[in-house]
Amino acid sequence: MLHIVNKSPYERNALEACLRLARPGSALLLIEDGVYAATRGSVCEASLKEAMTQLKVYALAPDLEARGVAARVMEGIQLVDYGGFVELACEQPNCQSWL
Amino acid sequence: MSEAEQQGEEGVGIVKKFMFVNRKAPYGTIYALEGLEVVLISAAFDQDVSLAFIDDGVYQLLKGQQTKGIEAKNFSPAYRALEGYDIEKLYVERDALDARGLAEEDLLVDVQVMSSGELAELMAAQDVVIGF
Repeated sequence: MLHIVNKSPYERNALEACLRLARPGSALLLIEDGVYAATRGSVCEASLKEAMTQLKVYALAPDLEARGVAARVMEGIQLVDYGGFVELACEQPNCQSWL
Repeated sequence: MSEAEQQGEEGVGIVKKFMFVNRKAPYGTIYALEGLEVVLISAAFDQDVSLAFIDDGVYQLLKGQQTKGIEAKNFSPAYRALEGYDIEKLYVERDALDARGLAEEDLLVDVQVMSSGELAELMAAQDVVIGF
């Protein structure tokens, strides 16, 4: 399963719900305002770090760059471009958008 | 009737305290850009305008925004132009920065960073508060 989160973790609980229900071995892609969760030093860092022991976490680079946070990404999160987004969707048997 | 009252009847010369409260990150929704447009319009009416940035609103002021990859307009330079419109009162809530791992140096304009209590006091002193 590819889980896609596009909401800021401070504004909505989409990421929280996703992390609660995502099964080990799944992939998580952060896009749009969801990419703020990928930044260092935030109050979300610990929960995402913990999730990264079970999930592969990706973030969409153009969305990080737009928001000025590309240099703040936590270690262990892999950056992808739009082509990488498509590849992730193709690799996984299914996907879920946490709107 | 005093001169001030006459002016008041015609709606000219009244200066009210306006605060625009920004709570949304840029780009993910249209709120931040629309809010900025309203702030720029308000500058034309010679009012006492201030801006508060709280919650995800602080992300609007982050340095280094490069929007080419998402094909959206990077409107962050416009915050630096506010000074030219005599909008110089920009307030940022300290807790909002801290929660996001950000510091005052990460912001692209000069702001006053303050506690929630100080910001609440400023809000209470406004004639009009408009949220985005």
